[in-house]
Amino acid sequence: MSALFEFLVRMGDNTLVLGHRVSEWCGHAPILEEDIALANTALDLIGQTQMWLGLAAEVEGKGRTADDLAYRRDVIDFRNCLLTELPNRDFGHTLMRQFLFDAWHKLMLTRLCDSSDERVAAIAMKALKEVSYHQERSSDTVIGLGDGTEESHAKMQAALNRLWPYVGEMFEADSIDDMNAQEGITVNPNELRAEFDRIVAAVMSEATLVIPESRFAHRGGRDGSRHSEHLGHMLAVMQFLPRAYPDARW
Amino acid sequence: MSDLAHVWARLREVPDPEIPVISLVDLGIIRDVELRGNETWVVVSPTYSGCPATTVIESDIRKHLSEHGLAVQIERRIAPPWTTDWITDEGRAALKAYGIAPPSTAKGPDVCPHCGSCDLERVSQFGSTPCKALWRCNDCKEPFDYFKCI
Repeated sequence: MSALFEFLVRMGDNTLVLGHRVSEWCGHAPILEEDIALANTALDLIGQTQMWLGLAAEVEGKGRTADDLAYRRDVIDFRNCLLTELPNRDFGHTLMRQFLFDAWHKLMLTRLCDSSDERVAAIAMKALKEVSYHQERSSDTVIGLGDGTEESHAKMQAALNRLWPYVGEMFEADSIDDMNAQEGITVNPNELRAEFDRIVAAVMSEATLVIPESRFAHRGGRDGSRHSEHLGHMLAVMQFLPRAYPDARW
Repeated sequence: MSDLAHVWARLREVPDPEIPVISLVDLGIIRDVELRGNETWVVVSPTYSGCPATTVIESDIRKHLSEHGLAVQIERRIAPPWTTDWITDEGRAALKAYGIAPPSTAKGPDVCPHCGSCDLERVSQFGSTPCKALWRCNDCKEPFDYFKCI
């Protein structure tokens, strides 16, 4: 398994798993405009997944497709960060998760635009436009709800407290990251942390929310060693149709 | 008319499946046309990466050109990424006449496509398709779509 393949699957699994999670809101959001916004965000993420996993399949060269990677792998082969697989809970929690991911995602894609692999740079440039838009919306919403009513403030603070231990994993680097960084394909994720902290601090300050002090980080998603039980339940729904009817076509 | 000009003219007849007042050429997603032997290659840059219209657009191109006797091959190209700067002036005018505020350089539309007022308010950053946001005019009170500027 090449380091490039692993990196592409990590990118694609983040967008696939979060895209599916966000799509779970379709038809359930508090108001119509939010429903549409969530569905659009999910659509962008799934579109980006097709590019990342499509390239991963091409790089692997074993005849697999993006769909094979999305629908025919089990939990242990997924490489998304734990943050993306956590259940939606309430609307505020969903948007807090989105903001924390968007802030990382935008920084990562910005750097990937300069990747030595032009295929990676092309996907990053395409996705960055969409993700900048996601971050604009999620930060506005976090600020609006955080600095909102007593109830919305309490829910957003609870969401931040619950999600904060899942932030650290996005910035961890292992030998795969080192290999890809040496080739100039990607950047070592820990280089993004300082800028991320600045962005999050600014938004949380405006949202009147307090960032937890602890830097404890749950890990095991991006290397597949310890996914939460939530991912298996999600895949059971997401993969049901192609597993029940293999090779079904529209 | 040269063979290439003929292909471009035929492509101008293919409307966007979701906003049928604008052609694919005026939307700026047809990046190149090449004749290679007996085949006509059309290079298409999708608007948004998850836009469900992308596959419909490709099959519409294929269908329309093959009705004119051309053997079509489509190449999907993502770099450089599509931008609303590529929408032609004709395309912008068509959007506006249809009631969709065309993309502007600022963070939102310049004027209400219905009454021309500048007193506008954003309802949602997203709209009925990935390329649009939902706005409202505070003068004529009408809601309208804004073609997001990316």
